[in-house]
Amino acid sequence: MPVIEAHGLRKAFGTTIALDGIDLRVEEGRILGLIGPNGAGKTTALNAILGLTRYQGDLKVLGREPWRQRDQLMCDVSFIADVAVLPRWARVSHLLDYVGGVHPRFDRTKAESFLAKTSIQHTRKVRELSKGMVAQLHLALVMGIDARLLVLDEPTLGLDILYRKQFYDSLLNDYYDRSRTIVVTTHQVEEVEHLLTDLMFIDRGRVVLACSMDEIESRYVEVTVNPDKVAAARALKPIRERQMLGRSILLFDRVDRQQLASLGDVRTPSIADLFVAVIGAQSMTQGAGR
Amino acid sequence: MNTQSDALSESFQAQRAAPAVTSATRPMCWSVRRELSENRWIYIGQLAIAAVFLLGYLISLHHLPVMMRSLSANDPAKYREAIAAPYDAAAGVMMATLILMSLFYSADALHGERRDRSILFWKSLPVSDRTTVLAKASVVLVVLPLLTFAVTVVMQIIMLVLNSVALAANGYGVATLWRELGIFQVWGQLLYHLLTAHALWPFPIFCWVMLVSGWVRRAVLLWAALPVVAIGAIEKLFFHTAHFIEMIAIRLIGGNAPTDITHGEMMPLGPTTHLTPFKFLGSPDLWIGFLFAALFLAAAVRLRRYQGPI
Repeated sequence: MPVIEAHGLRKAFGTTIALDGIDLRVEEGRILGLIGPNGAGKTTALNAILGLTRYQGDLKVLGREPWRQRDQLMCDVSFIADVAVLPRWARVSHLLDYVGGVHPRFDRTKAESFLAKTSIQHTRKVRELSKGMVAQLHLALVMGIDARLLVLDEPTLGLDILYRKQFYDSLLNDYYDRSRTIVVTTHQVEEVEHLLTDLMFIDRGRVVLACSMDEIESRYVEVTVNPDKVAAARALKPIRERQMLGRSILLFDRVDRQQLASLGDVRTPSIADLFVAVIGAQSMTQGAGR
Repeated sequence: MNTQSDALSESFQAQRAAPAVTSATRPMCWSVRRELSENRWIYIGQLAIAAVFLLGYLISLHHLPVMMRSLSANDPAKYREAIAAPYDAAAGVMMATLILMSLFYSADALHGERRDRSILFWKSLPVSDRTTVLAKASVVLVVLPLLTFAVTVVMQIIMLVLNSVALAANGYGVATLWRELGIFQVWGQLLYHLLTAHALWPFPIFCWVMLVSGWVRRAVLLWAALPVVAIGAIEKLFFHTAHFIEMIAIRLIGGNAPTDITHGEMMPLGPTTHLTPFKFLGSPDLWIGFLFAALFLAAAVRLRRYQGPI
């Protein structure tokens, strides 16, 4: 049974189309990375999933329609919109009290035990904490909530590398169990790629690529081609070619790995390289078409 | 389709049956508590104004012996008037403070959370827009008047103690002061007056300001006043009258509310005041006001659904 299921999800702001008929299916226990350039429609898609914005098309989250049944949905869904949304006037203890007060599935001891691993004191106000600590605090609150779906929209934007790494490590080690589902958007793709189970590229409101990480591994191959085999490699129609240290690196989609191995060193491309190949190629074509 | 979706959501419900049900009042109580911690200026401000007033009163006690001498020559009815004047002034100052606080609180109610982006956090929790808006409205309707009442009572107790000490030190008895003041009766009237004339009566105005606070990006009070001024201007232009602006202004300061009958007194607190709660509750103006308040609040709830950070 899918946790999120969308068919033909559309959203327009005036004449600007933010989502142009998106189909999406996320099963329980998956960690989906929603990756796209600025203005691609990622946040709009998440807002639709969270019932924060109206949409056209069919959308079901945990069997509910987010816009109509948002209040009930929020018992089962948590989200971190970005790093700076915790009320700055609140004390850490107030926030724990409040979430404990309003959320039927909040286990304070879980949140407290996570907080104990940080240097955040209960008496501190949010405004006195560093950006990284605020993100930790928000994660601690989310840790305490027994939610089925966690939505993260750029949760580590503007944090230094230590906090970013710690954030995702905690998420994977302390939060994620296989019954929970996570949807995350971020620009720092290299930091999430080891935790994703599924990947979706979205550009100009459309899904450009949607597949599991296992599929990525079997489907895409990057080859650092031996200089004498460049012509042979190009004949296999790579989706992208780049130069590095005088050698050609070609990215292939659905080409036999054995065959490619004879042309040079093969490896699975990083999400960042794949992103540039898929989205970059699309932008070029659309740019040329104009 | 619907049956299918219901079945789906039910199956998800069944998987996590346990503590999903909270009583409906719990989020409401916590939302009010949130307002109290978020807007600590409402009680700090009241306490600060009370402190300044008390300081002024303490200094004015120097003139007490002179005043007592002039009073003893006059009739005893004047005694109450003179002795009660500072107590009425204390209540008056706190009423004025309440009006301003209610107005500024309403102007920030749905604006502050959008300004500091925390609306995204509040919306991530299972608290409905309706609960949030009603909690904010209840602060104006109940919390602020009760707070003002408590502060005024404490203020007047301190004044009584200071007054008694000053009288005793100058060789006057304090029994007359306590008897003439009728402080317990005054407190009853004060509580009634705050909840009726300063909460229920101007409630639609505060709800309007709250609605505007969820709507505009900045300068809430200015935008809230704009339609009032516009309607007033049209009325002035076509009918050469100013009834609308007068009605709003008088309602805001709690004037013209049929809450009581006073005989020429400025303050509706004292032995001559006759409370008329049934007349007040039966007044069509009050209920027309409630109708507008309900419309504004319903619009504010709807607006909050669509609104995100500014």
